[in-house]
Amino acid sequence: MLGPIGRALALPWEGEQRASFEIAKGRMQPTPLISYDRVHKTFAGPAGAVAAVDDVSLDIAEGEFLAIVGSSGSGKTTLLRLANRLIEPDGGSIRIAGEDISCLEPVALRRRIGTVFQNGALFPHMTVAANIGITPRLLGTAPKAVAARVDELLDLVQLDRAAHRNRLPDALSGGQRQRVGVARALAAGPRIVLMDEPFGALDPLTRDTLGSDYRALHAQLGLTTVMITHDITEALLLADRIAVMRSGHLVEAGTPAALAASREPYVAELMTTPRRQAARLAALLPESGAA
Amino acid sequence: MSLLSDPRFAEALSHLADYLGSHLRVSIAALALGLAVSFPLALLARNRPTLRNLLLGIASVVQTVPGLALLALFYPLLLALAALTLRWFGLSFSAFGFLPAVLALALYSMLPVLRNTITGLNGVDPGLIEAAKGVGMTERQALLMVELPLALPVIMAGIRTAAVWVIGTATLSTPIGQTSLGNYIFAGLQTQNWVLVMFGCVAAAVLALAVDQLLAFIELGLRTRSRARVGSGTAAIALMVGASLLPSLGSSPARYAIGAKTFTEQYVLSALISERLQAAGLSATSRAGLGSSVIYEALKNGDIDTYVDYSGTLWANQFHHREQMPRAALLAALQQDLARDKITLLGELGFENAYALVMPRQKATALGIRTVEDLARRSRDMSIAGDYEFFSRPEWAALRDAYGLAFRTQRQMQPDFMYAAVASGEVDVIAGYTSDGLIAKYDLVVLDDPKHAIPPYDAILLVSPKRAEDHALQDALRPLLGRIDIATMQQANLRASGSDADSSPQAVARWLWSRIAK
Ligand SMILES: Nc1ncnc2c1ncn2[C@@H]1O[C@H](COP(=O)(O)OP(=O)(O)OP(=O)(O)O)[C@@H](O)[C@H]1O
Ligand SMILES: [Mg+2]
Repeated sequence: MLGPIGRALALPWEGEQRASFEIAKGRMQPTPLISYDRVHKTFAGPAGAVAAVDDVSLDIAEGEFLAIVGSSGSGKTTLLRLANRLIEPDGGSIRIAGEDISCLEPVALRRRIGTVFQNGALFPHMTVAANIGITPRLLGTAPKAVAARVDELLDLVQLDRAAHRNRLPDALSGGQRQRVGVARALAAGPRIVLMDEPFGALDPLTRDTLGSDYRALHAQLGLTTVMITHDITEALLLADRIAVMRSGHLVEAGTPAALAASREPYVAELMTTPRRQAARLAALLPESGAA
Repeated sequence: MSLLSDPRFAEALSHLADYLGSHLRVSIAALALGLAVSFPLALLARNRPTLRNLLLGIASVVQTVPGLALLALFYPLLLALAALTLRWFGLSFSAFGFLPAVLALALYSMLPVLRNTITGLNGVDPGLIEAAKGVGMTERQALLMVELPLALPVIMAGIRTAAVWVIGTATLSTPIGQTSLGNYIFAGLQTQNWVLVMFGCVAAAVLALAVDQLLAFIELGLRTRSRARVGSGTAAIALMVGASLLPSLGSSPARYAIGAKTFTEQYVLSALISERLQAAGLSATSRAGLGSSVIYEALKNGDIDTYVDYSGTLWANQFHHREQMPRAALLAALQQDLARDKITLLGELGFENAYALVMPRQKATALGIRTVEDLARRSRDMSIAGDYEFFSRPEWAALRDAYGLAFRTQRQMQPDFMYAAVASGEVDVIAGYTSDGLIAKYDLVVLDDPKHAIPPYDAILLVSPKRAEDHALQDALRPLLGRIDIATMQQANLRASGSDADSSPQAVARWLWSRIAK
């Protein structure tokens, strides 16, 4: 299932894991790659304690593209940050590939997981190449190998090598910055990519292009992606499965079709917007399918 | 006359290597120490609000202490510490010059470094710190690779501010015995040699500017990750320090250090002593501009070898005696006090430089004032001016209590301006010095002290414990004893207060020797 580029992307340290994953896949073992089990996280806010994540259990399968939707403050970011131990849960456990992450070294764990941040969060004092190559460099990859890897990744996210390698992030457009952000997340060949509203601040056209380009990469590289988005339409179009959060609770998780059929009132309410949009578009663009 | 051909300019230039080198050494040492302490402290404190507020609070308070006072405070502090280490470990160190100057200046440099490092680091976008962790950096890597580079401009601005402050304030380390560009300024102010004052100020400003620009250059190098820039900037600073060490390595250090307090007469007398030592084939260096209490301790500890003090000053200020005594008896008693500190009283120079109340002759005659007693009856309507020490000295208390003096106003002035002020009527009376040449110049009169409230002030030559058995030194100095009468000293002081080439302390010392040797 790895394409030619995907195979090239497999770094030496990571080949073993992939091999074991192929074996696991071959045996069709249903162990989820990421598994939240009754996870709690409470923050001390100014108006008392806030249960940011409240008793959430969620399994994410290998190769799956999961979107997390929900209104502001519903706990999406908290849920994601728990997965790479940027914060620690108050209760419950999180497993990745069967291992309880509380037993893993957090820094090593984060180097194995790719993360794409809102607005890119590129380091402004480093060139595009230095930003992309950061995790391999931290892992001790030789500078030459890092440089070659950076070029591969620039190709992968469709940025011209020569034109972008030595630029500083401030000299890039929002869309280019997010492409670099994606390249940085993929640089060390992770199996898991976490994205927190990666395309939120972009214009709709760029956002759509970037979304579908990323979806293609996800498939091509055999990634497991968890992406937070405000936009339910985006989630429906990109994700295999959607998890709906509301004030710390996981309301429902399912395929777009399952959500469309849901009786849950909050989920039904969420679905009204994309439904209305679809109806409107169908009325406005009757020929688009036929043409 | 062109400035460059002015002999005073040449004279100033001849000290440049020494003063500039010492100034640079003390400044860089203080900056390095200040940085070494405040930078780790800032890293430690940035995420600990209590510690942060405490540190910034202390540093701000230190900043409000005037530089001169801070430097002066470190001297007695270290002196006490040196006494303690001597008692406990049998080890002592010099509390004079370099050490107190470096410590005080380092303390002075801390606020901008602390404040800017903390603000700089706290100003880094939290999203980027999260990203740094997210891509797999350890806390240390995040600090080194992301936080510090992003905070660099703010931190460097703090370091540059500290550098400019330290180099500027280092000029004030002269009175605690650290040679610096301040030697020009203090000497120039005392002897009204404005060429010297300007020279010192300009040299300090140029040095501060040069270091500031070098630091800016290094900052640019760090920002553009240019090793060449960082390297050459650092090398330039190292070169400056190296060059500042050269003169002291090249020339063998002078054997004898001669102290001088902060007024003209002292500059002249130390130049005279210096000249006598050189004539006897002994090498000498001058430590001028020392504070009254610093200079005695410096002699006691052997930081200087000899200087001229005044019997009454030591009697009242150093040994805290209150009783009055005639001249000879006081000298004998003083000799015993000095002996306890193992200091040799070589002898009197022959004149007295006493504090005395002085007013214009005409006004005194018109008002019928001849003595301090006469003055006391009218003091309520009069104003008095004294030097910076006078009103806090025991002599003033004694004088005031003996005669019941109570003036309408009481002002402190730079001694050299005092005489002009009383001559012009700006103040009515001043606490002048009997050996001052300006008394004759402005036609002033010294008021009698019938109750002998002010002790005698014989100028006496003192020799440090270390040189108690040094006959070469003492033989070279002996020809000065008993040879300078009050009229001669007044004339010498008057010459030194001029502002031409013949008024440098060295020139006046040569003139004085020619008078004595006759
Ligand atoms: N570090 C923190 N300290 C205190 N409270 C926090 C912290 N992080 C999150 N919270 C609180 O937890 C709740 C969930 O926050 P979270 O950031 O997970 O929401 P979100 O769904 O990502 O929202 P948004 O869509 O606005 O990004 C909010 O009430 C928030 O205020
Ligand atoms: Mg969020």
